[in-house]
Amino acid sequence: MPEKSNGRVARRKPADLEREVERFFTMEAALLDEWRLQDWLGLFTKDARYWVPTTDLPEGQAGETLGLIDDDFTRLQARVDRLLSRHAHREFPWSRTRRFVTNVRVNETNGDEVKAMASFLVYRIRNRHVDPYVGHYEYVFRRVDGELRIHRRTAILDLEALDPHATVSFIL
Amino acid sequence: MDIESLIAEDPARETFRVHRSVMTSPEIYELERKLVFGRSWLYIGHESEIEKPGDFRRREVAGRPLIFIRGKDGVVRVFFNTCTHWGAKVCRLDQGNATSFQCFYHAWTFNNLGQLIAIPDAGGYPENFNRAELALKSPPHVDNYRGLYFVNLDPDAQPLINYLDGARDYMDLILDQSEAGWRVVAGTQMYTVRANWKLMATNSLDTYHAPPLHTTYFSYMAKFKGLDQQSEADSFGIRAGGHGRSLGNGHGVGESAPSGVARPIAHWHPMFGEAARGEINRVRQRIFERFGPERAGQMCDTFRLFLIYPNFVFHDVMAITLRYFEPVGPDAVRLTVYALAPKDESQEQLERRLNNFVSFLGPGGFAHPDDLEAIESCQDGFRSEAVEWSDFSKGMNRDPEVMDELPMRAFWRQWQAQMLGRERAARFDDLKFAGNGVAAAGK
Repeated sequence: MPEKSNGRVARRKPADLEREVERFFTMEAALLDEWRLQDWLGLFTKDARYWVPTTDLPEGQAGETLGLIDDDFTRLQARVDRLLSRHAHREFPWSRTRRFVTNVRVNETNGDEVKAMASFLVYRIRNRHVDPYVGHYEYVFRRVDGELRIHRRTAILDLEALDPHATVSFIL
Repeated sequence: MDIESLIAEDPARETFRVHRSVMTSPEIYELERKLVFGRSWLYIGHESEIEKPGDFRRREVAGRPLIFIRGKDGVVRVFFNTCTHWGAKVCRLDQGNATSFQCFYHAWTFNNLGQLIAIPDAGGYPENFNRAELALKSPPHVDNYRGLYFVNLDPDAQPLINYLDGARDYMDLILDQSEAGWRVVAGTQMYTVRANWKLMATNSLDTYHAPPLHTTYFSYMAKFKGLDQQSEADSFGIRAGGHGRSLGNGHGVGESAPSGVARPIAHWHPMFGEAARGEINRVRQRIFERFGPERAGQMCDTFRLFLIYPNFVFHDVMAITLRYFEPVGPDAVRLTVYALAPKDESQEQLERRLNNFVSFLGPGGFAHPDDLEAIESCQDGFRSEAVEWSDFSKGMNRDPEVMDELPMRAFWRQWQAQMLGRERAARFDDLKFAGNGVAAAGK
């Protein structure tokens, strides 16, 4: 294996890792668009955090600034339970979503940790309205039993405000 | 437009109805811009957002682009964000610190007191050209109550302190909870809802909807105690009891009975985790020392949905939110929401506060998105036209409880008075329990 200039040993060839991350994003997008949320939960480590900062503060940090979503794994499970029930009224019936995840960059690998970024465009379609959510993801993966698992999932919106989306009621 | 006919109150039958055209009519919307938003005191910002001389925030109030700024003399001012020359916006950043604003169009320059200090090619103007009258223009009235700044576009407006009336008691009840003062936490929730702004106002005061609409939130919170969602909702004090109050000038509050609501100030809940118990109890103990059991109990163990007419809401619930909203058409309302936190709060407490905030509230919470779905659904339902009236009678037959609709009736009474060109409604309370409002507020 080639040794990187910073002295870290890359576990896999960069191109292989990039391909692996891209395939992960494609698979995850399919699970979400198909509302297979219990399967999607299986992609996370048990100490995961899902964070969506406010639109005016994309650099906002969970715990320090007000966000839109700040889920630990317990709340993420509850979010999925909520969305799969008939009582998440904003998502009953479910909206249609179609997400395009692209411009994938694998930024850093450190031992079992992989950092990656990707651009997203998610269309939410419901009640004859089409609302596009534009932004980028920042992921920290951990490798568990050889598989990539999500340790940190941050969805950063490029929108200046949720006008007129109003909510982030589905999984962004 | 017969404004008198749009609200039908029948004290004998204990009914109060609002004609749904007030939520859909473009004529009403245009009239509101003038008579409600053109004449009420409207929230613009908190002192902590512009602490240092030169600090500014861009704001929009009643559709007007404004600059909320602390001048080099330490005085807080508000300017219309438009160059007095040809009109371009002199401030094009959302926030920052500036000694001056130079218009990018012709480079007219204003200092942070609003004075016109430089004009390029000044030789093109006479020597006695009046620069003073070309200073940045301010709204007729800007004032604050305990660091919360409001503006009023009406030159004849009554003073803010009079306008706030009984709302001051509840502002004090909330603001007294921190000894060190308050700060607005960075991060602003900004969103537009496809509904009339008055549906947002009435939703902001409403607890009646919580048990049916927000079951998924109570299910989540109940798991930390091993309870079912119904028991958890009960423990939050949203079944019965508490009270609804009118506070004068259309202001109102719904306040729960003492309950098990999770509050950073200061009621521990298992959701916060065992590690948080000590610190929350210390905060609680200090409040009990400062205010005695009755007022401290009200601060720590009850929650409040509190509206300062027409469009500014304190939710003193899982956290303290500052929410304001304004219409951008008869069927669209734009919201801006902040978290208010004690200046000296520990990092751990702040994290709990913010985390608890977004568990329920905001565009991604477990509850608020369903509020927005509900008001959008009402707006859509109004298209039926067949049902002409919405009912706001709940609690006219008794001393109003937290889940009753007295605060909404107070809102509607003031709204109707303003729409008729009056400053103040003849009364805000119901007749049967007259005097249950201001006199009893928070006491």
